[in-house]
Formats: sequence, structure tokens, C-alpha cells
Amino acid sequence: MEINASVFLSVGLAAVVVRSMRQFLDLPTRTPHLNRLIGYFWAPGVLLYLFALLIHWKTDRLDELYTMFLLGMVVLVLVRVQEYRPARTLLLAVVPYVLYAAIELLSGALSNAFLREYKSLFSNTQGFAIIWLVTFVLIARRQKKHLEAERVVREAEEKERREIAAQNAALERMVAERTASLTLQTEELQHALEELKTTQAQLIQAEKMASLGELTAGIAHEIQNPLNFVTNFSDVSAELVAELEEEQQRPDRDPELEAELLADLRQNLQKITHHGQRAASIVRGMLEHSRASTGERQPTDLNTLADEYLRLAYHGLRAKDKTFNATLDSHFDPNLPKINAVAQDLGRVLLNLFTNAFYAVQKRKEQGEAGYAPTVTVATRRLPDGAVEVRVRDNGTGIPDGVRQKIFQPFFTTKPTGEGTGLGLSLSYDIVTKGHGGTLEVESVEGQGTEFSIILPA
Amino acid sequence: MKILVVDDEQDVRTLFEQRFRREIRSGVFTFSFAYSGEEALAYLHGHASEVVLILSDINMPGMSGLELLRHIREEYSAPPPTPPQVMMITAYGDEVSRQQALQLGANDFLAKPVDFAALKEKLLHLTEHEN
Repeated sequence: MEINASVFLSVGLAAVVVRSMRQFLDLPTRTPHLNRLIGYFWAPGVLLYLFALLIHWKTDRLDELYTMFLLGMVVLVLVRVQEYRPARTLLLAVVPYVLYAAIELLSGALSNAFLREYKSLFSNTQGFAIIWLVTFVLIARRQKKHLEAERVVREAEEKERREIAAQNAALERMVAERTASLTLQTEELQHALEELKTTQAQLIQAEKMASLGELTAGIAHEIQNPLNFVTNFSDVSAELVAELEEEQQRPDRDPELEAELLADLRQNLQKITHHGQRAASIVRGMLEHSRASTGERQPTDLNTLADEYLRLAYHGLRAKDKTFNATLDSHFDPNLPKINAVAQDLGRVLLNLFTNAFYAVQKRKEQGEAGYAPTVTVATRRLPDGAVEVRVRDNGTGIPDGVRQKIFQPFFTTKPTGEGTGLGLSLSYDIVTKGHGGTLEVESVEGQGTEFSIILPA
Repeated sequence: MKILVVDDEQDVRTLFEQRFRREIRSGVFTFSFAYSGEEALAYLHGHASEVVLILSDINMPGMSGLELLRHIREEYSAPPPTPPQVMMITAYGDEVSRQQALQLGANDFLAKPVDFAALKEKLLHLTEHEN
């Protein structure tokens, strides 16, 4: 074989080196441009060969030149990708060999004698450079493996991170959805609450109207009586006037009779005024009862209030059950001080207690007990600390223990459907305790009667 | 003729005394007044033979007019002397009360407001019968 052709052996070696480098250093992705360029590694070899052929230069140094080129290329590539740690190690691996090869080439070029003279030194140096190269290539390989392993771990971590991020996103979406649905629910609840509040207000008003309905007959009766008196006293006064005029026409006038007639007339006018005012006061009371409460406290005479509502409640029940009768017993403390109260609200409380009391005695009467005298008692008194107490007692059916716990609860009623709203005592309790800072208590013995006690602070 | 008026309204007395002033003055009627059923019974215990007619309200606290009527019919059921006539008066002029009153032995049933002209007629008519 021609001596020059030995360069192709080096080109073949170069192919292996380039391939290994590409693979080991992952050149196509790390530096694509250089990767393409080193694909032409064979070109200098071919050029050298052709050049030597052209100038008929026969030498065994062609392959050494090419090897220098190859080493230069390797160093260039390694410098280019030096940020990759195995590349730096490889650089360290090849440097001694490159130096050795360069010196050997230079010395050869200058004088063959020099080479021959230091042959053993060169040979030792080459051996050392190769061992160095192999050692560091191995180290580089281990580094690469280590980096690979690290990369795998990092990728796994990255993958895990992405998964966590995805899960987070999913969770956040779920939270957002849940929040939205909760917000919606809250709005719905708010709406429902507002509706309930409205309904409650309506119920309170309805309860007021229902109790007013119960009162209607009582009020009618209470108004009818004074109106009858007004009519009758007016009529009879007209008769008296006619008689008086008649008497004045007579020649023998009787001054005594005239005086008597005039006195009667005066008395009748007073009666008319009295009964007119009585009717007016009942109407006023009714209007006050139906009007929405202003909540304004005014000095209130509980004796008058209790008396008024006792009669209204009594006649209210009488209107429903014409055969019903009860003894009304009132013990009003004449020295009862006026207290600051919302008269209209307290009126509702009293009306409620009286209505319940009458209901209880009526129920007991219906049981047909011999000698039973239905009695409802109201008593007022001033307590030593200046507070005022109103007691409403009945000798009716009484309240069983189990029921007594519940009587102040809203909507609790023992009456048949449609007869009671179940709000009466609950509202009464609120009016006395929250509205007036007082107490409302009950004592009851089943089958014997019930007593409610209202205490209002001065 | 002695008439006992039973009503819890005290002004009824003034009213009756004026409405029937001519008859009282001339002595045709004599009125007594009681303000409750219990009071009426007490009065009757002392003056049973005198009272010819009882005019009673039904709706009174305590003993009602109807209970009073029952007591009267129980206590003064048989002659002598002639049991008193009883007229019931009520503001609730309903049929149930009326039936109940008549069943208990009421002689008449009047609705409030009382028509005094008609009442006077009835009373004068009774007086004539009595005589």
C-alpha cells in the first residue's frame, strides 16, 4: 500500500472519534452548528492526500498531520461545550496527549535524530499521556452517568412538580367551584332569611289582627251599651223638655216640678257625655291595638289598661259562646304608680293572658263539674322596690307540666288548628322581657288553675 | 205593680226612673233595682210576695240572667203567691239565648236597645190583667 494512504486509517479512526463525541457529548442538541461542521472531518484528510499526491510528496507524516487536525478539532469542540462538566474533564484528558502529539510532530519535522535520541522518553510520555487520557475518559464517563442519573431524578422531580401543579390547578378549580356554589347558597339563605323576617313581621301583624278579631264582638258589645245610653238619655231628655215646655204654658206652674225636670236634664246631659266618652275611649283603644306599635313609652296606668282589656276579652269570648259566664274579680291597688310603658304592647299582653284565662275556665266549665264557678281574677300591686306587679289568675283547667315548658315558644298552641296562632304568649314574653325589661312567670296546678305574673320595673 | 230591674249597668236606674216617671209619679209602677243576679236573689228573699215582674239582663258578670231565672223558677215555682213574671233582656238577640230563656221559663225576651214605648205597652197591658 502506498505510504500516503495511511492517512485514511486516521480518517477511519476520526470517524469513530467523531461518532463517539457526538454520542457522548450529545452534540446535535448541544451545538448543532458545530456538529454539522465536524461532519466534514474527512475533508482535510482527503485534501492532504490529494495535495501530497499532487506534489509527489511521499511521507509517513500525513496521518500525524491529520491526527493533529483531529485533536485540534476535538479540543475546539470540547472548549465549545465546556460548560458541560464531562466535556471539561475530557478536555483535561486530551490536553497532555495533544501536547505530546504536537511536540512529537514538531520534533519530527525539525529533526528525526532528536526523535530517535529521545525515543524512550517520547515513548514513556506517550504511555503516560494515553493512561492519563483513558483515566480521564473513564472519569468523564462516570461523571456523565452521574449527571444522567441526576437528570433522571430532576426529570422525575420535574414531572412530579408538574403533576402537583396540575393537581393544584384542579384543586383550585374545585375550590372556586365550591366557593361559587357556597356563595350562591349564602345568597339563597340570605334571601330565605329576609323572606322569613318579612313573614315574621306579617305573622306578628296577623296575630294582632286575629286578637283584634276576637275582640270585635267584645268591642261591639262594649260600644253598644254606652251608645244605647246616649240614645236613651237623649230621647228621654227630649221628653223632659217637652214636659217642661208644657208646664211653662200652664197658668198654675209648678216650680218644684220644673226644677226637678231641669235637674234631670242636667243629669242626663252629664250621662250622655259620660257614655259618649266611654264609647270613644273604647274605639280609641281598638285603634291603638290595631296600629303598628310606635314603641314609644308613656306613663301608663296599668289599672285602667287591665280593666279595659279584661272587659274586652270577656265580651269577646261571650260573643262566641253566648252561654258562657264568669266572675270577673279585680283587685286594683289604688296607689299604683304609673309606669313608663308602651301601653299598646302591654295591652296585647294583658289581652292575651285574659283570653287564655277565659279559655281555660270555659274548658273546665265544659267538663260539667258540679258547683264550679268560673272566675278570672286580676290584681295589681306596687312592690317594695317600686316595681309594679300584675297577676292574672284563673281557676280553669291548669297547664300540665310537660306543656308549661313550651308555652312561651313561638307557634306552640294547645288549641285546635285555626283557633290559636301559637304566637300569643311568645310575643307577650318578648314584649314584657325584651320590650320592658320585666319578667313574665307562670304558676299552674293542673285541674285547679293558672296564675301569670308580670313584673315591670319602675 | 212592683217591678225588679236587674242589670249591671247602674245608669239603668236613672233611665228607668225617667222613662217611667209619669207612671211612677202616678203610682202605677214601682221600681226596684239590683245590679247583679246575686243581689236580685237577695232582694227577692226579702220581698218575694211584692215583686210581680222581673226585668233582667242576661249578660252580667258573675251570676248570669239565665242562672238567675233558673234560681227563681226553682225557688218560686208554685203558688201561692203567684210566681213572678220574668222578662229577659240581652244585647245578643240570638235564637239560642232566646230558646234557652224560654225553656228556663222566661215569660218574654227583649233585645237591646230596649224599645221603651213597646215595653211600656207590655207593662201597662200586664197591669190591666193583674187588676
